[in-house]
Amino acid sequence: MGALVENADLLWQGFTATLLISVVAGVLAFVWGVVLAGFRVSPIGPLRTFGAAYVNIVRNSPLTLMFLFLGGATSALVGIVIPVSKNTYFGVTVNNGIIFAIVALTLYTATFVCEVVRSGVNSVSVGQAEAGRSLGLTFGQTLAQVILPQAFRSVIPPLINVFVAHIKNSSVAAGFAATELVAVANRLSNANPSDVFGIFMGIGLAYLVITVPLSIAAEQLEKKVAVAR
Amino acid sequence: MSAPRQVLYDVPGPKAILRDKVFTAVFTVVMVGLLALLVYSAYTRGIFDDRWQVLWDPQKGSQNAGDVWHALLVRGLLEGTLKAVVIAVPIVALTATVLVIARASGNAIMRALAYLFTHVFRGIPVLLTMYFGVLALGLSPLVSVVLGLVVYNTAVVAEILRAGIAALPRGQREAGLSLGLRPLSVLLRIQLPQAVRIMLPALVSQIVVLLKDTSLGFIIAYSELLTVTKNNYNYFGEPTTVVFVAVAFVIYIAVNMLVSRLAHWLEGRLSRTRTSAGVGDVPVAPPGGVMAAGAGANTRA
Repeated sequence: MGALVENADLLWQGFTATLLISVVAGVLAFVWGVVLAGFRVSPIGPLRTFGAAYVNIVRNSPLTLMFLFLGGATSALVGIVIPVSKNTYFGVTVNNGIIFAIVALTLYTATFVCEVVRSGVNSVSVGQAEAGRSLGLTFGQTLAQVILPQAFRSVIPPLINVFVAHIKNSSVAAGFAATELVAVANRLSNANPSDVFGIFMGIGLAYLVITVPLSIAAEQLEKKVAVAR
Repeated sequence: MSAPRQVLYDVPGPKAILRDKVFTAVFTVVMVGLLALLVYSAYTRGIFDDRWQVLWDPQKGSQNAGDVWHALLVRGLLEGTLKAVVIAVPIVALTATVLVIARASGNAIMRALAYLFTHVFRGIPVLLTMYFGVLALGLSPLVSVVLGLVVYNTAVVAEILRAGIAALPRGQREAGLSLGLRPLSVLLRIQLPQAVRIMLPALVSQIVVLLKDTSLGFIIAYSELLTVTKNNYNYFGEPTTVVFVAVAFVIYIAVNMLVSRLAHWLEGRLSRTRTSAGVGDVPVAPPGGVMAAGAGANTRA
């Protein structure tokens, strides 16, 4: 681990980059995922079709392909080129790799959020929706004020699991020019071949520092929800 | 794929019906409009002129079209992606069983080790394990890919099986023990087979996850579908990126749909056995846990 200690600044940079990607993409994916879940249970046919198609296509193709798609196909299809910027936010130089990672992970994780939220919506009895409807609430009001608050309760533990997977998925950005934890592991171990084990242990620990508390929280919450039922 | 669909407000009043119709019309127009815009935008960038021809016109480049498909389907899909899956899945089945046994064992040290394994490798990215294989252990890309897939999926599959065993009626274990079977035999011969049956949807989503994770091999220079995809568009030049990415999309989705179909069929067969064997109430999967990859556990009525 000597090499990691010597390069503590690089390790810190990778750690903050992983956190930045995870948090920003996580928040965006949550919002987009809930919207998608709304699409999928809405009475508007085209929205349901769009939601189902989007979720099934994205969920069945790998995240790596999403990166390749954003990198190569968006400019060719719609002419959007992500500009190279060198702005620094929270100590992370936000280059193309980071922006790709945020967009790709948002689009990808949202499908899992959608499925989890939808399973929560399915667990709320239809009578609740009917009651909301018969009080004269619109679809949006029924969903936001009656269904989702009840759905979220049972859905928090699996949602945390989705976000644990999401944080680990941010590692794919290492293959696409983002200097996050795995990229740091790669770079340092190429420079210090004698200390590879230590470097990987350290980077692994850095991930566990984020993911283990979350999955323990998920387990605890699951017990609580199970008891309350 | 066939999760129950619940559409909110099934019995709307006349005003709501009208509103829905207006919304439907508006959204159809908007979405068709957006699609048309996308197609037009792609058209003006020459997507439909010549790029797709690399897939069937042998005159494009010196490599002929047959080679493109051979590269994608044989070198990429069969000898890259599916090879890793076919090697990894049986190993995962074995190691996950061992992990389940360890977690259920009477030996506290073994239990603690198994617990540690589960939590550590569920919390570490697969890509990091793959890099570890290549850089620290000096393994070949294929072995590293398999190592990464096995280590992570062992932890996850063991958890799925554990949840399945926990969902079985207690009497199953008690009956086995009272027949004089050893606890290990009860686990392997009575509990595990039933758990697999209950957990089939979750296990299949896990295979889909594993299949998608083989694409991480792309990053550590393992030759699989995405590597071939990238080689192809590098070879034919920048404009063909869309073509090959789209083809890879279609191949992945086709394979995963096929896996889901097979699973659906298998599920039907196994649940038929269950009712005829009269094992008892169908246990409900615990909330959370296995739902991350979709609401698979409640597809049966």
